[in-house]
Amino acid sequence: MTPVMTRRLGLRLGIGLTPLLPTLAALCGTLLLFVLFLAVQGKPAGDACLLIFEGAFGSMFAWQNTLQRAAPLLLTALCVALPARVGLIVIGGEGALAMGGLAAAVLPSCLPLWPAWLMLPAMAIAAMLAGGAWIALCGALRQWRGVNETISSLLLSYLAVALFKHLVEGPLRDPGSLNKPSTTPLPDIYLINALPGLEVHWGLVWGVLACIAAWVFLRHSVAGFAMAIVGGNVRTAKLVGLPVNRLVLLACALGGAAAGLAGMFEVAAVQGSASSALLAGYGFSGILVAFAARQNPLAIVVCAIVIGGVEASGSLLQRRLDLPDATTLVLQGLLFCNLLAWEAITGRLTALRLRWQQQVQVAPHISASEASHV
Amino acid sequence: MNHRRDFLKYTGAAALGAALPLDLLAATPLTVGFIYVGARDDFGYNQSHAQAAAMIKKMPGIKVIEEEKVPETVAVQKTMEAMIMQDGASLIFPTSFGYFDPHVLKIAEKYPKVRIAHCGGLWTAGKHPMNVGSFFGYIEECEYLSGVVAGYMSKSKKLAFIAAKPIPQVLRNINAFTLGAQSVDPSITTHVIFTGDWSLPVKEAEAANSLIDQGCDVITCHVDGPKVIVETAEKRGIMTCGYHASQAALAPKGYLTGAEWNWVTPYTEIVKATVDGKPMINFLRGGLKDNFVKMSPYGANVSAAAKKKADAVKAQMLAGQFQIFKGPIKDNKGAVVIPAGTIQVQTDVALEKMNYLVAGVVGQV
Repeated sequence: MTPVMTRRLGLRLGIGLTPLLPTLAALCGTLLLFVLFLAVQGKPAGDACLLIFEGAFGSMFAWQNTLQRAAPLLLTALCVALPARVGLIVIGGEGALAMGGLAAAVLPSCLPLWPAWLMLPAMAIAAMLAGGAWIALCGALRQWRGVNETISSLLLSYLAVALFKHLVEGPLRDPGSLNKPSTTPLPDIYLINALPGLEVHWGLVWGVLACIAAWVFLRHSVAGFAMAIVGGNVRTAKLVGLPVNRLVLLACALGGAAAGLAGMFEVAAVQGSASSALLAGYGFSGILVAFAARQNPLAIVVCAIVIGGVEASGSLLQRRLDLPDATTLVLQGLLFCNLLAWEAITGRLTALRLRWQQQVQVAPHISASEASHV
Repeated sequence: MNHRRDFLKYTGAAALGAALPLDLLAATPLTVGFIYVGARDDFGYNQSHAQAAAMIKKMPGIKVIEEEKVPETVAVQKTMEAMIMQDGASLIFPTSFGYFDPHVLKIAEKYPKVRIAHCGGLWTAGKHPMNVGSFFGYIEECEYLSGVVAGYMSKSKKLAFIAAKPIPQVLRNINAFTLGAQSVDPSITTHVIFTGDWSLPVKEAEAANSLIDQGCDVITCHVDGPKVIVETAEKRGIMTCGYHASQAALAPKGYLTGAEWNWVTPYTEIVKATVDGKPMINFLRGGLKDNFVKMSPYGANVSAAAKKKADAVKAQMLAGQFQIFKGPIKDNKGAVVIPAGTIQVQTDVALEKMNYLVAGVVGQV
């Protein structure tokens, strides 16, 4: 094996590991800082870490608890990951979830008493349309009015929440819901059951399916490839004649539809009606999940389970160690900061390495091929 | 503050200890779980529960486990289950109103041997499981008394009320407060702002400032944590009436009095029934005379006349001879809501469906 070939092999392996390394480093960094954080305050850090594991994955009950909490995050994370493919940072999934949940909760009272096999898909479609339209609006504002989508999606989510509350407490309120304003409860036949043998509802399965579908779409379809070009370089995309506006709208609408579907499952599988209990921050937790997964739909499945586990274990930390609820928030915050930090560091390191390689003028063709991979 | 709280804890515990028969002290401890929707130290609703839970903790043979900031989602179902499965809890107090339907009902059906006592729910015989109970306090009596004090102390005759949502429980408090103030001077008005949710500190501070700018000189509220409102009022030099728990420590100058929960009364009854193996108490309500609610001690600046009048009304309430919602009462749009000669007593279910603001309240549902 010639030195050049060894080098090439090493580079190839390095490239294969690149997406994982920063995430792993971030995880280790998070754990280290978290242990430090607890130790400084004189809390039993070792016990806390064990309890986090026990509460998240230590038993069948813990696993179900974790999966149950992960279910909505799978879908709300897609609301970040799909627009990210076209280069948009959308953080308004909470609004799409609210709109979707409301649409799903209200639809049955506008239609005759259809059988469940017909009504449930109709509710899902209504939720996806509502959520999709809401996020597509952010995309449209950006493409045609030049409004930054991060700001507009966040502000639109506040608007969605306000609209949601106004409708649920006003025109759409069930007069029987006295001290907890809600829409008319869904008839029992429209409630979604748990998976057979488990306590986790069907939203988990559909969430995983949606993530797989999103991955296939992004990696193995023409439209998905076109989206990657738009996200990579808009001018190139325009130059080769891609319908940039349409692709941006599509990515936003698909992302919004996923969050809307999460709202539908919250209504039909958990709450039974739309009330402000729906607005529990799943849309915002989804941002963390998507960033942790580096916007990769398959990695979202893993990351949603990790975040779901952290949330599940918070319960045990409170009861066993008397730690405040904010403990798991600190853990999630540390994770988010570490991910962003390692992302930045990796970018710097790659740039440095490329420059160094160019300077010493060793095998320029290799650094060029690496550059094209990065 | 701490001394006062500790004092409450110990005296409460001593009283409870004395009340319990000795044979309960033996054998396996009863594990009791408490679940709060917000922070345990919010100077408001959640604190009022946590303070009572701390007293229950002092009872012999009782092990208390707590969890705060549990949202009204599947999370609370999982918390209840975890308390049952991981800690062996056989009695749980989920304290937020929104926990009841569907979460409490679902878990109660799944674990028929565990007792779940919910705060605020409307348990209905035949419809809801027998291992579920609901308890609540008639706190509008305290609101009425606060209104009397506020009526005496206000110079501008304009009172402020910051409320979360226009739901029956909140409207009942606003109306009782206003009726109390109007019993002193019928020309008094109450200016209401609804913030839209239970815990929105920024909006609450804005609402407080805006109401003070409009000339209100006594402020009270019905939100989960009155901390920000009371602090804002104190800073602006106006008076406050507290809610849920005592906020006297936050406003040493302007705090007049306040309506406080005394959850330790229903808690103790339910815990004792569980320890004794008696059937679950499915429906439990009480007011001032039942010790379910209490008044904050009068602030230093409350006038003698105000104290005298409020104490007189309180004595009538304690004797069960005072009715707040006594016709004729008109709403603030001019319609008669309780005709002359009609009395809606404390336990009247019509009051649980209240959907109006009485005349003299500026604001709309």
